[in-house]
Amino acid sequence: MSFYQKYLEYRDFDFEQFHNKLTDDYILSIINKDRINELDFLALLSDKAGEYLEIMAQKSKKLTLQHFGKVIFLYTPIYVANHCVNQCIYCGFNISNNIVRKKLTMDEVEKEAKIISDTGLKHILLLTGESRIHSPVDYIKDCVMILKKYFTSIAIEIYTLETDEYRELVEAGVDGFTMYQEVYNEDIYKELHLKGPKRNYINRIDTPERACMAGMRSVNIGALLGLDDWIREAFLTGLHADYLQNKYPDTEISVSVPRIRPHNGEFQPKVNVDDKSLVQIMLAFRLFMPRAGITISTRESSEFRDNLIGLGVTKMSAGSSTEVGGHALDSKSEGQFDISDTRNVEQMKDLIYSKGYQPVFKDWQEI
Amino acid sequence: MEDKFIIGGKELSSRLFIGTGKFPSNRIIPQVIKSSAAHVVTVALRRIDFDSKEENMLNHIPKDCILMPNTSGARNADEAVRIAKIARAAGCGNWIKIEVISDNKYLLPDNFETIKATEMLAKDGFVVLPYMSPDLMAAKRLKDAGASAVMPLGAPIGTNKGLKTKELVKILIDEIDLPVIVDAGLGRPSEATEAMEMGAAAVLVNTAIATSDDPISMAEAFGLAVIAGRKAYLSGAGAVKEFAEASSPLTGFLGA
Repeated sequence: MSFYQKYLEYRDFDFEQFHNKLTDDYILSIINKDRINELDFLALLSDKAGEYLEIMAQKSKKLTLQHFGKVIFLYTPIYVANHCVNQCIYCGFNISNNIVRKKLTMDEVEKEAKIISDTGLKHILLLTGESRIHSPVDYIKDCVMILKKYFTSIAIEIYTLETDEYRELVEAGVDGFTMYQEVYNEDIYKELHLKGPKRNYINRIDTPERACMAGMRSVNIGALLGLDDWIREAFLTGLHADYLQNKYPDTEISVSVPRIRPHNGEFQPKVNVDDKSLVQIMLAFRLFMPRAGITISTRESSEFRDNLIGLGVTKMSAGSSTEVGGHALDSKSEGQFDISDTRNVEQMKDLIYSKGYQPVFKDWQEI
Repeated sequence: MEDKFIIGGKELSSRLFIGTGKFPSNRIIPQVIKSSAAHVVTVALRRIDFDSKEENMLNHIPKDCILMPNTSGARNADEAVRIAKIARAAGCGNWIKIEVISDNKYLLPDNFETIKATEMLAKDGFVVLPYMSPDLMAAKRLKDAGASAVMPLGAPIGTNKGLKTKELVKILIDEIDLPVIVDAGLGRPSEATEAMEMGAAAVLVNTAIATSDDPISMAEAFGLAVIAGRKAYLSGAGAVKEFAEASSPLTGFLGA
């Protein structure tokens, strides 16, 4: 079975009718449960549950403290190439966008890695645009060989690979995988992904599972919020995470909740996901999967991110640049999207301490 | 009365072991150790940031403590063995707490792989303290494999639910000729006392101390609770009698 079957189960589900039937008592009973099921999770994403955000936050805080403690894990992305063969109308790397394209040489990767590692960070997320031609698996492996000298955990966020290719990367030293479905709604997916291999919806939805099968230690998924109704998208993200965690118990499953950011191109988000909704998604997810990680990137503003510490977030990026060579090179390229929280690692570290939490730079190393 | 507690040939001055994860800052660890009077401290090898003076946990642990690195993150016996060897090579001593967990949903230990790792590491000269689900047969095999103690969980890690596995842990205490150290799940000092009163040799606490509002004070509370529980155990408390002994109305006719 693929998660696609699960998606089909809910494709024609009447979300509105389900949410209209929810009562205050039912929402409160869910919040007080030890373990909640998938329809409980859906209920927690409703407007009705939105009235109980503070209680959900208290519960989420308690669960997060129990399972993760007073810590926030830190990482940063390193963009090594921005060549892309896809036409995704919401993305700055879209093939039809006339931007400066670049791919780092190994010397340049090393320069970037050194500067990033001087900040104390030990966990890195390697990103490319989605082009197998420009950044083939061997190129990724070469990058990983260099990054290994500086970082103890290396995750990738690249184009979709086959299971054997993921296995090759795991053997080379990659332990983490991130891929966003972007949008779970299959019709909208087709509208937004006009051309390129990424247009294949089912291939995309099955990719995180291939990473699990290949033995990735951690697999992080998410929907790009703003592309469709956030309740459905958040619900399906949670179901997908739960599906993977049940099927691959030895993989650490986590989710990101990225909201679409300004970027090169004309596309405007279809749905406005406000701060309250984003918080509700995080809280509902925490109650649904108490031990799963939740990542918040620098897409979000510094003020908003500061307030999320303690609510359920477990991992944050810091000192980020979405440009290829954004840390070391003079001749930079254009970024994938504009970041919002521009604080450096030292500033993030101080902020996390000031909130009574420990910034954790290292919680993994290859053995 | 003398009450020596010896593991791996070392006499331990405290029956409270503490974990070092989840704290708001590594800088308070020395005070937590001091206020709890703990002697054995566990650290996840994979978390030790050897390159950073400030973030390196080892720099915050007093030299007179016994360091017990743990194999957190190991999904099978081979990984646990590799982690243990790296820890020893890095100067962390020869004590090792084995944690083999391949279930990210409940974080329950894999007893089978844990037994395998225990055997390999004990043969290699490690003082092995395996974290386990409280199962009598598994505990017997751990003993045969060379474990220096067994560390059954009181409740799943991080749940603070208390001594939910009480009956099973009691069986281990009664049947296994090794120190039984209750690890994981203890949320309050009273639960640590309960485990000690029952005859546990020691308890290991992390989450309940690290995530309290005042970890230093909570560490002290756990330290005292463990002492209280041990004293009660040694004093013969807990022998709740279901039937009176004074007279023998049913068997009196048999004579003395």
